[in-house]
Amino acid sequence: MTATPVVLTLAAALIVIGMAGVLARRNLMFMLVSVELVFNGAGLAFIAAGAHWAQPDGQVMFLLILSVSGAETATALALMLRLERHYGTLDVDAMRQLRD
Amino acid sequence: METDFMFAAALTLIAAVLAVTRANAVHALLYLIIALLGVAVIFASLGAPFAAVLQVIIYAGAITVLFVFVVMMLNLGPAAEARERHWQPPGSWLGPGMIGLLLFAELVLIVMHGDAAGAGGVVDAKQVGMALFGPYLIVVELASLLLLAGLVVVWHVGQGGIGERR
Amino acid sequence: MDEPAVLLWLVPALPLAGALVLALMGRRWPETWIARLACATVAASAVLAAIMGADYLAAPGARVQVLWSWFTAGELSPAVALRLDGLSLVMVAVITGIGFLVHLYSSAYMAGEEGYGRYFAWLNLFVAAMLVLVLADDLLLLFVGWELVGLCSYLLIGFWYRDPANGAAARKALIMTMAGDVPLVIGLLLLFSSLGSTAMPTLLGQAAESWPPGTALPITAALLLAFGAIGKSAQLPLHTWLPSAMAGPTPVSALLHAATMVTAGVYLIARLHPLFALAPPVLAFLAWLGAITLLLAGLHALVQNDIKRVLAWSTVSQLGFMFMALGVGAVTAAMFHLFVHAFFKALLFLAAGVAILALGHEQDLRRMGGLQQRAPWAFWGFLAGGASLAAVPFISAGFFSKELILAALWQRGGGALWAVAWVGAVLTAAYITRAFIIGFLGAPVTPATGATGWRMHLPVALLVLPTLGAGWLAPPFGALLAPASGATLPATETAFLPALLAALAPLLGIAFAWYALHRRPASAPPRLASVQDTGFDRFYGAWVRGPYRRLAQRLADDPFDRPFMAAAHLAHFLWQVLSATQDGRLRRYALVLVAGTAVLLAMVMT
Repeated sequence: MTATPVVLTLAAALIVIGMAGVLARRNLMFMLVSVELVFNGAGLAFIAAGAHWAQPDGQVMFLLILSVSGAETATALALMLRLERHYGTLDVDAMRQLRD
Repeated sequence: METDFMFAAALTLIAAVLAVTRANAVHALLYLIIALLGVAVIFASLGAPFAAVLQVIIYAGAITVLFVFVVMMLNLGPAAEARERHWQPPGSWLGPGMIGLLLFAELVLIVMHGDAAGAGGVVDAKQVGMALFGPYLIVVELASLLLLAGLVVVWHVGQGGIGERR
Repeated sequence: MDEPAVLLWLVPALPLAGALVLALMGRRWPETWIARLACATVAASAVLAAIMGADYLAAPGARVQVLWSWFTAGELSPAVALRLDGLSLVMVAVITGIGFLVHLYSSAYMAGEEGYGRYFAWLNLFVAAMLVLVLADDLLLLFVGWELVGLCSYLLIGFWYRDPANGAAARKALIMTMAGDVPLVIGLLLLFSSLGSTAMPTLLGQAAESWPPGTALPITAALLLAFGAIGKSAQLPLHTWLPSAMAGPTPVSALLHAATMVTAGVYLIARLHPLFALAPPVLAFLAWLGAITLLLAGLHALVQNDIKRVLAWSTVSQLGFMFMALGVGAVTAAMFHLFVHAFFKALLFLAAGVAILALGHEQDLRRMGGLQQRAPWAFWGFLAGGASLAAVPFISAGFFSKELILAALWQRGGGALWAVAWVGAVLTAAYITRAFIIGFLGAPVTPATGATGWRMHLPVALLVLPTLGAGWLAPPFGALLAPASGATLPATETAFLPALLAALAPLLGIAFAWYALHRRPASAPPRLASVQDTGFDRFYGAWVRGPYRRLAQRLADDPFDRPFMAAAHLAHFLWQVLSATQDGRLRRYALVLVAGTAVLLAMVMT
């Protein structure tokens, strides 16, 4: 069995890579892809914890993350398509109306 | 098991980096699928076969397909790819990279303090099922509510047609 | 010895009630109702005063009515108490008597004016305030009356407020009397803090016991109080407001600025004269101040062309006379002159008012004339008043009062003061004769178109009698005032020569004026006219009003408010900074989130 800290390190790496993607990309579509990576990293962390204690709780948590991610992705994509129709572009920097 | 894990981990990381940095949307999605499958292998190596299967079916199978459908509706062509490259000059990765490294360092430092190895063993589907129907019953119901909400939202937002260009 | 007087409070209360009612209803009532109510309240006060006066004369002895205790703050506990003794009885008689006549006169003079109700409300309020002033047994209550009459003076001088010049004159009067009131308050507080009470009998008794004459405390207190009197009674240097106050209606000038308000200063010194007796330098100061004022004002009166201004300067001059008498300790003589002066000065103003109205609001002497047939009431009234002012021997009351003062000056003040007063008497006769000749005799200039009714003629007629005859009241007057003032009338047996000279002074003045006017035409002013204005107003303008106005302009944008506004400006600045962070850029928000997470993790780890 692999040492838990190593697995958690991998999970941290996945999260960080996803976060860097969110910060760096201008296209909304790619931002959502990066967010998926973050979710996966978090799920991996939970599974690793469950395996550490040999209990099903980690997998249950992962299941919830899965459903949340599914709902979120569906909603986000629907909204993204609407935004694309409204602004004519998927450039996040162009969508600046929510401000003072 | 160790080698399985190492190999899958390396694959996952490389696929993740590539998925985030591609200019072509479909390429990025494909690399995302590879990363997700890599994570499934890691689940299996950790003794969580149920989670691994779920990962493959739902994440790689359903959610990514959803992405693919949307990309199809967006009708991105070569012009889009060129635009993506234009938006992402190499220098744009410097800032996020640095702050990512900083965050990674902090997380590693936190993680390193924990116990090295824990109790081993496989936690199979039966155990998970008993947990779900037992203590976590309400959680299951709530998850289904959440999915219902997501369904309603998507249906509503989609009214009036999606994908019609201005 | 002090008997309670049950109805004394009604005397000031009735006009006060009238003022309140008229202030509320004056706009809605017809003129007849307003006039009747106003005259009725003052008449009722006068009748009450007459009854109480008769009672007092039958059984002399002060009557005190303590109404209630005003407040208590530590040692200070003034009471609202009224005292009727000889001194206040004289003043009450003057105020209510002349007050009633002026009210009656005003009901015709001010007929048809906008603000008729307002006028009578304030006139009633003035009578009430003046009565409170003279009846007060406590210095603080007296001060309340003092300030209220100042307020009424302001309101009435500026009655025709639509002309800004009247407002300026009213403000000038108020500010100059206030300049005298500040030392008065300080003096009042000094008296209280040293002697422990503000009730006048206690105060005066305590002062006589614990303050040796001629020491610093009584001198300071007396000097401070004297300034209040100087302001209110228009002596130098606070005298220029009185001629400007002629911007108000003529009956107001008759009541306030001749008979009553300006005499409040004289009354104050007379009432507190035991205190002043402890400060001989202050008395000497007052005597010489009065002398200078007498001469200066007399010269001014000689060159005026507006009939009301002549009378105003004359009032200043006669008040100087009274101050001279007070300065040598002849309180009774001063009060007698106050009493007589009230009658003839009011008569002069009212008669002048009849003439002014008859000629269609003409006040310039050079354009009046030939009034013997055309305005007989004005003519004979002014003649009688003028004779009394000039102190024509024996037939006028002014002769007796002026004689008393001159005799007192000779006895107690020495030759210098007497000589100045004598010159003043000559001047007085000269200027009033000049005014009479130019304004009332000679060929008519302005047509007499105005109508004047019985309500204006009756007061004039009624005032002639005391103007000419009150002189014979001198001895009982002295007896009346003796218990209060402690001063007796100077003995009537004085040296023969000064008395003769004093009697000749008015005749000299009349002759001088007659001769001067026949030598040159009436319209050409005498050579003294170049001294028309001795520059007091210019001085005040340059050294008081100018700097004050410049300072006010510098402070106009409120620099002292800046520290308080600093908080508001800081908040605004912070808002601007913070709102720059809400620019709607999603990736920036994400960056901030991540950075915050990194910082928090770092904090958790250490």
